[in-house]
Amino acid sequence: MAQIRLEGVSKVYGGHLVIDNLSITIPDGECFTFLGPSGCGKTVVLRLIAGFEEVSGGEIFIGERLVSSKPKNIHLPPEQRRIGVVFQDYAVWPHKSVFQNVIYPLIMQQIPDTEANERTREAIRQVNMDGLEHRMPFQLSGGQQQRVALARALVSRPNVMLLDEPLSNLDANLREEMRFEITELRKKTGVTILYVTHDQEVALAISERIAVMDPKGYIRQIGTPDEIYEKPADGFVFRFMGISNFLPLSFRDGKMCIGNSDSVLDREIPPEKIDGVRTGKTVAGCRPYDVVLTRDKTSAIGVLKRIIYLGPILDYRVAVGSLELRVQQDIEDALSEGLHLQEGDTVGLRFLDLLWFENRDSEQEVT
Amino acid sequence: MLKRFFGKIGIAEVLLFISVLILIVVVAVPVLLILWTALFVDGSLNTKDIIHILSQPGTYEALKNSLVIAGGVTVLSTIIGVFFAWLVSRTDLPFKETMKVLFLVPFMLPSFIGALAWKMLLSPRSGYINKFLVDIFSLDASPFNIYGLGGIIAVETMYLFPFVFIQVAGALERMDPTLEESARISGAGLLTITRRITLPLMLPGIAAGALLVALYSLAHFGVPAILGTESGIYNIPTKIYEQIYQSGGSFVAIRTGTILSSILIVAAGLILYAQNLVLRAGRFQVIAGKSMRPTLLKLRGLKIPILIFSLLYIFITVILPTATIFLVGTLKTYGIAFTWENMSLQNLKYILFDWRMTRDAIWNSFYLSLAAAMITMVVGVLISYTIVKMKVRGKFILEFLGVLPFSVPGTVIALGVILTWSGKFGINLYNTAWIIFVAYIARYMAFSLKSNSAALEQVDDSLEEAARACGATHWQSLRDIVIPLIKPGMVAAFFLIFLPALRELTTSVLLYGPTTRTIGVAIYALNEDGETVYAATLASVALVIIIVGQLVIKRITRTTVQGV
Repeated sequence: MAQIRLEGVSKVYGGHLVIDNLSITIPDGECFTFLGPSGCGKTVVLRLIAGFEEVSGGEIFIGERLVSSKPKNIHLPPEQRRIGVVFQDYAVWPHKSVFQNVIYPLIMQQIPDTEANERTREAIRQVNMDGLEHRMPFQLSGGQQQRVALARALVSRPNVMLLDEPLSNLDANLREEMRFEITELRKKTGVTILYVTHDQEVALAISERIAVMDPKGYIRQIGTPDEIYEKPADGFVFRFMGISNFLPLSFRDGKMCIGNSDSVLDREIPPEKIDGVRTGKTVAGCRPYDVVLTRDKTSAIGVLKRIIYLGPILDYRVAVGSLELRVQQDIEDALSEGLHLQEGDTVGLRFLDLLWFENRDSEQEVT
Repeated sequence: MLKRFFGKIGIAEVLLFISVLILIVVVAVPVLLILWTALFVDGSLNTKDIIHILSQPGTYEALKNSLVIAGGVTVLSTIIGVFFAWLVSRTDLPFKETMKVLFLVPFMLPSFIGALAWKMLLSPRSGYINKFLVDIFSLDASPFNIYGLGGIIAVETMYLFPFVFIQVAGALERMDPTLEESARISGAGLLTITRRITLPLMLPGIAAGALLVALYSLAHFGVPAILGTESGIYNIPTKIYEQIYQSGGSFVAIRTGTILSSILIVAAGLILYAQNLVLRAGRFQVIAGKSMRPTLLKLRGLKIPILIFSLLYIFITVILPTATIFLVGTLKTYGIAFTWENMSLQNLKYILFDWRMTRDAIWNSFYLSLAAAMITMVVGVLISYTIVKMKVRGKFILEFLGVLPFSVPGTVIALGVILTWSGKFGINLYNTAWIIFVAYIARYMAFSLKSNSAALEQVDDSLEEAARACGATHWQSLRDIVIPLIKPGMVAAFFLIFLPALRELTTSVLLYGPTTRTIGVAIYALNEDGETVYAATLASVALVIIIVGQLVIKRITRTTVQGV
């Protein structure tokens, strides 16, 4: 097992700087995720580590081994890096059976037959595919093909596993199941996992740490799922991690009003944010369930534009002046509060938890 | 320093180098030599000779004829091709699937054998149909004369219209029927829809097919050679052949040939450029990937008449000439009636076993095609792989060179090969089988590139990368993953080269020596010498080989598709 270390890595594609001076260390045995919108260069990072691409600058270490280095002109080919890779489109070889797919890395390592067979069967068992060894890929479902790809990446006991959106082609149920299995496999084998995805749900579920990348390829925050979700470093991370409301504020008659409306925000502002709020540089942010609808209309009020029933929760769109807020509430809570709201009703708003962001971050496009 | 330089040379660079080298030696040098010989004498530009040769009535006529034939064939093929394509994909014509296959049959038949058959049927002196009509209606003269521009255009059209048919039928099938349906909902009638929606959307497909026909017809040797030469009608390829043949391969004749060839090269280049433009313009087309069921035009009362018309067309253009070749091939002498006493398999035995000339021709064609197909297939994989998969600087040279074989007509290749391999560079292959072998490689490289590139594009990069991540070196990933996956494409490439090479005429006719006749050349020569019956017998042999070969391809492509 090994740690992965990137030092000042950059990558240029056709005169275009995709990765700029990226430095990061992923400790041995960690499950680390690069999370970012499509086109942000997260896959490029994975391909650089795998050796499918050469670095345009900087160095990459896997364990103690220097595998890529621009200054020293080193580029170890992928086959010598002792890695396992799982691709988004599975890349299961269509002309080989499940067994032949999985045993291939061992044949390449010239492992003796009996041991190779044993390890192949073991890997197939690990991904719960026993009994299907002799199927051809076209006889397998997407989820099964993905398991074959996982087993093939695992069988050679690589130092690190690189997973490029391996779950994005699967349906919701399978995704959840595979997510669980990847976590289980890591616990069993202790392999270092580098995971690349645009799906924040998967990232939160499987990672020990997450790096959130913006569309330009810069890392905005590195942290545990908890930190990323609860203490986003900036508006971009906050917006990227889920449905978000940004509230521009203005002081009128000594009161702090939401946007251009007369609704008053009855919350203390942290003293260090007051200047920013006054100049309009700082905005408040909250999640849909950090806003509670009440009958108390004394402070902030809004008009219900739309109510959507989403099973266990109700999803509201509430107009506050020219601003539209997303609000979600448990159906149980709504009932116990005795709220029987109709579209067009005016409701009171109470804010539970507010975060503060620089305005420019909230404007950042998320694709 | 030196070590670093060599360290940088990986497999990519080696492959690129070999591929470029092969393409330069086999394709680029011959073409450049033609242009050079045409334009320069003793190192200076030679406008006087060019004008002199072009203003000679003979060459001028040949140019004109080539244009007239290509123009006529293109227009006729387009009309027929579009009509039948529309018929099988947009009407309720019965037996459409069968008809679709039947309309493609002319593709596989060599057109010069067709020309031979039509000569037997419609020549003014002894054509079977002419004689039949004269007898029945007691006419004074034969009603038809196949010799001439009209005959050439008609026969070429029979064999070339599938180019348009296949393009248009394919496009019609892939077209999103909702486009037509929405026009329908807007209140347009079927005729208006066809004129305003369907036809404009099909235009790129039609144009691409038509340009292919033009390209092929412009440089076509076989049909004009059989149906034109007799009445003094030459097009560019037959003129080149006549000049070189008459002068016994003199340099003056070859120079004339190079000037005419240069015109062909330029014309072919322009046509391919136009086709590229058309296809690129057609990219915006809203053609859905999944084929859905379009509204079919109900032919109602016309259903049966149109079916009969289509079957009649297939009978006249495919069955009649093919049957004629087989029947005439069994006759004791040409021109006598088809009765049991007059027919036997003696001819077959004679040309297969007894006559040295035909026996050699069959053997020559066989091993030359086999060798050329093998080599071209392997080299084609190499070049296609470099073009499709490799990230390497200088690839654009290869991409340019890779397009070249598509645009070089067979006659031009033959001339270029003569110029290159007749001792100019210290190697003289003239009058040996090797020169035909080299020419076949140049001529059929385009087929191999096309087939292999298509197959390689189907192999996702991640399949190969997965192998690398599993510890396979580049060569191992090629051997274990890429090659097995493109095998169907390689097999297809092999047959796409082997079968046409087996009956090749245009190139071999300029290159054969006393002992290196090919099947095509032998049929052509037998016909020229008036040995019509033996020509037909040998043509029957060729047809049987082609038909069997096509069935084998069908089988192979079907089983491999199922297997993967």
